[in-house]
Amino acid sequence: MFLRYCLLFFAAIALPMAATSDAQTSEGQSMVSTVAQDGHEAEAHAGDHAATESEEAVFNPNEMIMHHIADSHGWHIVDWNDKEIGIPLPVILWTNEGLVVFSSSLFHHDSEGKHVAEAGGQRFVNLHEKIYYASDAPNEHGVYAQADPVTHEVANAKPLDFSITKNVASLFVSVVIILVLFIRAARSYAKNSGAAPRGLAGFVEPLVVFVRDDIAKNNIGPHYKKFVPLLLTIFFFIWVNNLMGLVPFFPGGANVTGNIAVTMVLAFVAFVVTNVNGNRHYWKHILWMPGLPVAVKPLLAVVEIIGIFTKPFSLMIRLFANITAGHIIVLSLVSLVFIFETVWVSPVSVLLTLFISVLELLVAALQAYIFTLLTALYLGAAMQEEHH
Amino acid sequence: MTGSIAALGAGLAVIGVGIGIGLIGGRAMEAIARQPEATGKIQTNMIIAAALIEGAGLFGIVVALLGI
Repeated sequence: MFLRYCLLFFAAIALPMAATSDAQTSEGQSMVSTVAQDGHEAEAHAGDHAATESEEAVFNPNEMIMHHIADSHGWHIVDWNDKEIGIPLPVILWTNEGLVVFSSSLFHHDSEGKHVAEAGGQRFVNLHEKIYYASDAPNEHGVYAQADPVTHEVANAKPLDFSITKNVASLFVSVVIILVLFIRAARSYAKNSGAAPRGLAGFVEPLVVFVRDDIAKNNIGPHYKKFVPLLLTIFFFIWVNNLMGLVPFFPGGANVTGNIAVTMVLAFVAFVVTNVNGNRHYWKHILWMPGLPVAVKPLLAVVEIIGIFTKPFSLMIRLFANITAGHIIVLSLVSLVFIFETVWVSPVSVLLTLFISVLELLVAALQAYIFTLLTALYLGAAMQEEHH
Repeated sequence: MTGSIAALGAGLAVIGVGIGIGLIGGRAMEAIARQPEATGKIQTNMIIAAALIEGAGLFGIVVALLGI
């Protein structure tokens, strides 16, 4: 218990620190234009310091927050003496000339399209964490990409991107955590079977029993056993990833369950399992609802068919929006310090951040529970036997 | 301009969700007070209903965000 509070407190302190370092990097790239605008301030300070002073003057919280909740090609950890320290991740591209693999360090931490990475005889550029084929020459802002004159979107062609991004790397970390947790728990059961569970098994058992009895058995019905592994996987996957997203320093910090692609895959699994296991009764109620006038039946069939898709869609949106909203709130509270530009706001900011972080701990478990519960409910509805 | 109108829309969506979840919470409290032994079941159903309403609200918010 005490350890948990220590961790929380540490998290509350570390968050503003992480935000400071990142605010500097994201602003550093727009440094050139800022210096030109804030001529007055630049005059007041000598040399290199002028740049850092004026870049803090136009702190843009929107940009910082979006940068934090988005995926990226490198895993940025901390800024130390104006140097970015991070883990370069592999960039895997399927280009016109086949597979190209290189390290994201070739971009030199750049995501503004100003550094060209050459690999496999081709040139690539990282513009807002999307990888494009680089143009031959930079435009007037030094960016190696051309904008479409009509739509103002990037006109450069894109290779297919299969990179191990920050989110994917974080996914690997959480998978390792889950595997270690459960393999060790399973071993401990094999070793002292019959005895009371000890150690990790003792921690995991109540949760597993909760998912099995309260979620699966109560909502799916007599054939629940087949689906317990699926529900357990969904529950622990979402929960661990939610918690990892709340850790502000290195192994955590990625926004995995707040990424709509991740939640889409989870919802797709729920969709497939529900509809594959749907029995005759379920399909009859969707396509030709019994006990209604014939004229209403096709109308209701349309509504029900739309309903098949809106259920997993709402699963996807719910998890994504809840987790992303939590991250945005925490980051907004942290940026209060930089918006008011005084250290006296920081007690308010840290306390509010602490409060929201504790709330997010609850939300992390609650969203995992709701996703699992609704999956079980949909499954139960699809497998219900006839009872008229 | 579109941004602020979208934000208004998100706010309106949240008003509806707030009323809905408030009603559920209040009624669940009443039900628990009347029948404390059914607390577990009431809580589960309360969370399910709240999640479904929240889904509708989040649709509104996401659509509003897309408009920004």
